Amino acid sequence: MKNAKEISERKKAFRTTVDGTVVNRVYVPANLEGFKEEDIGLPGEYPFTRHIMPTGYRGRLWTMRQYAGFGTVEETNERYKYLHQQGQTGFSVAFHLPTQEGYDSDHPLATGEVGKCGVAIDSLQDMEQLWAGIPLAEVSTSMTINATAPIILAMYIAAAEKQGADKGNLSGTVQNDILKEYIARNTYIFGPTASMRLVTDTCSYCAQNMPRWNSISISGYHMREAGATAAQEAGFTIANGIAYVQAMIDKGMEVDAFAPRFSFFFAAYTNLLEEVAKFRALRRMWAKIMKGRFGAQNPRSMTLRYHAQTDGFTLTEQQPLNNTVRVTLQALAAVLGSCQSLHTCSFDEALALPSEPAVQIALRTQQIIAHESGVADTVDPLGGSYYIEWLTNQIENEAMRYINEIDKMGGILRAIEAGYIQKQIANSAYHYQRAVDSGEQVVVGVNKFATEDEPEPETLEIDTEIEKKQIERLKKLKQKRDNQKVNEVLSRVRDVVRSDQNIIPVLIEAVKVYATIGEISDALRDVFGEYREPSLL
Amino acid sequence: MLTERVTKLINGMLAGQKNSLAQLISLAENDSPDLPEIIKMLHPHRGKAYCVGITGPPGGGKSTLIDRLTATIRSKGWSVGIIAVDPSSPISGGAVLGDRIRMNQHYLDEDVFIRSMATRGSHGGLSKAVASTVKLLDASGKDIIIVETVGVGQTELSIKQMADTLVLVLVPGYGDALQVMKAGSIEVADIIVVNKADYQGAERLVNELRATLTPNRRGHEQSIITTQAINGIGIGELYQALDQRRKKR
Amino acid sequence: MRHKKIRVLIAKPGLDGHDRGAKVVAQGLRDAGMEIIYVGLRLTPEQIAEAAIQEDVDVVGIDCLSGAHMALFPKTVSLIREKGGENILVVGGGTIPKKDIPKLREAGIAQIFGPGTPIEEIVKFIETTLGKRGNDNQD
Repeated sequence: MKNAKEISERKKAFRTTVDGTVVNRVYVPANLEGFKEEDIGLPGEYPFTRHIMPTGYRGRLWTMRQYAGFGTVEETNERYKYLHQQGQTGFSVAFHLPTQEGYDSDHPLATGEVGKCGVAIDSLQDMEQLWAGIPLAEVSTSMTINATAPIILAMYIAAAEKQGADKGNLSGTVQNDILKEYIARNTYIFGPTASMRLVTDTCSYCAQNMPRWNSISISGYHMREAGATAAQEAGFTIANGIAYVQAMIDKGMEVDAFAPRFSFFFAAYTNLLEEVAKFRALRRMWAKIMKGRFGAQNPRSMTLRYHAQTDGFTLTEQQPLNNTVRVTLQALAAVLGSCQSLHTCSFDEALALPSEPAVQIALRTQQIIAHESGVADTVDPLGGSYYIEWLTNQIENEAMRYINEIDKMGGILRAIEAGYIQKQIANSAYHYQRAVDSGEQVVVGVNKFATEDEPEPETLEIDTEIEKKQIERLKKLKQKRDNQKVNEVLSRVRDVVRSDQNIIPVLIEAVKVYATIGEISDALRDVFGEYREPSLL
Repeated sequence: MLTERVTKLINGMLAGQKNSLAQLISLAENDSPDLPEIIKMLHPHRGKAYCVGITGPPGGGKSTLIDRLTATIRSKGWSVGIIAVDPSSPISGGAVLGDRIRMNQHYLDEDVFIRSMATRGSHGGLSKAVASTVKLLDASGKDIIIVETVGVGQTELSIKQMADTLVLVLVPGYGDALQVMKAGSIEVADIIVVNKADYQGAERLVNELRATLTPNRRGHEQSIITTQAINGIGIGELYQALDQRRKKR
Repeated sequence: MRHKKIRVLIAKPGLDGHDRGAKVVAQGLRDAGMEIIYVGLRLTPEQIAEAAIQEDVDVVGIDCLSGAHMALFPKTVSLIREKGGENILVVGGGTIPKKDIPKLREAGIAQIFGPGTPIEEIVKFIETTLGKRGNDNQD
């Protein structure tokens, strides 16, 4: 019999992914040398490696929260009303890009974008219409909004108050994570320093007035989409988290007064075990940092609650039905990684906006995992596996190396301004593409097991009439509102921005007189100026 | 004898056509045999422009500084030509030229012309291409020409020769900047900008620079200006300093 | 002596911020020896066309994942032509449904490279197309 070392293997080196961790043939107790039992601990206990709740999913399943929003407010409202009648109480709103980047639908840069990637919101009038017939005091709403988060939050509050709701009872999330916009998603408007002021104003307003509102969702998802490795996603996201916590402390807030309302958002990739280890490492890192670095006392400040989304980038245009299998593995990774909520992508998303049947399969995937697979019956079922525990340590160490590097550079803002993080991610993305092109990284149906031309499935198309309708609606609004009042409030917005007062109250006033998102953003641009990405390739 | 095409380009450029100017610059970049004749023909149209070289180590915020400086220059009514030079990859010979990214507010300004250029290896070739491009921009009627280069010693000296004023852009916090800088770079600069002046170590850098500087050969003092280009701070002072030197020319 | 290089402008028209593909292609074309003028995000078709003219590029690559390509791509091409860039090769990338491709071709987009396109394919397309045209633009 041959010596085990001499038996040849399929590849020279096995890695979790290109640029990822090198994986050994087998893991044994010796790989966990120096490892402390208390680093795993029990579910619901510090450092929360296994799950933030002692009962895991045995108490309550994760929230199946599907991101949606398209076209006009009427169409989206119809959809929400239908879902609400079916018993859904959690909504997730996608806004079209002009709303996200502070332009009205009639701005030249909005050409072709109106209603495309989400719903078009220009003013409070649209926000009221979006939620018509849905009692905002009784639902929870997650809004993917960043640069204009304070304005959209102000509109949401104003719309709820018009319905007679008390803002203190509102429940939901604004993404409000501007730092990752400079790193990956790119829907920033102002420079990092000005943006941090808006983020912390929003967080402190929520901490003081909206106890059930998650004021920030610190996101690694978009970095991963942009090409980051699992360890980069973990390290850079936690580094952003550190910056937000520090900024709030610098504003004079007690860490336990705001940190319990911080939440996170990560990608779930197809490499199942690496992803599970990543989620476990993330929970442990955050707990240690909140306790050790920031002296948090409340365990809720130390628990990393996160929403996961299966990764859009991994979906292929070729043989699109294969994507349902990828999404299943990714969803499984999120669940085995103890997520709090999950969005599963639709198999046709690489082609265009998802179609109705594809959306349904995506949701069914989660339901099958929840009710048929058995993985939700015990907490952290993979905990204790030599490989999983080793990989969890490995990702934690690598992510901490990035965090230390960023600390050395003087913090995340400096690292972003220098283009350090963007460059790391662009390099990873390029290596990945090179590996796919060379065949070293297999993508089934693309660079291996490819088939000849196949018919393209039906996809959803947005009516181009929407743009005209929305612009018409905006024009009418500007005619019928009190424009003098609008100008007065906008000038007050500028004054407040120049002062050190919290900006949210004056934004609520501004949206109530129907100042538009473009006008309010312009008032802020007047004071803050605009940001341009660094040149960095 | 110039071909019909080149003559057409020259006439087009003189009539204010930007695509003609752009194609003439390509001839300069590619060291076309027609170049000496073109430059000679344009001689009567040249001599008005003031040329500013802006150089310094990478990561100093030069492009942002140029973007803001251009806005200030434009507000005074001068037209601007910008040549932004970035290094070519020594391995592939290709390049990613990303300086323009910071200057998009000027793309549609009729009186701003921006051209990106790669070093393409040979130093002498680059200097010649840049010098010819400066002449073309001058002949096209630009009042102020800005040449941005990454400081690598030799480049500063050749930019110095074609520029009326040389600005060196430094930033605090990248190790001990002064020790890293070649002493020569500091000596040849007319104006030293300490950008990112809100970063830690800015004051120290300024003090160290003050201690190092001596009056240069032209007899006037080198100036030190602190800026935060990204916030638009200090740009007015930089413009003033340039304008004073321009008036003394 | 300086030699002519293929110059390529890469831009993201509109408000879409997904620049992974644009950056990967920029790096790939650089490594194939081309000079890339990377102008990045959030540009109007006018701005892209003007930059292409001033830079006298051989190729313009535009990329869009938000679904706004039908409004942005044809407009970019026609403005490039209007401003005197008759010979500039314009190619596109992003999330483009197959049924839109014939319309984009008709509008002057020479080729659409969807997700998963190997970089080598883009390099070859550019080199062959420019090569076929002969040396009329050979400066």
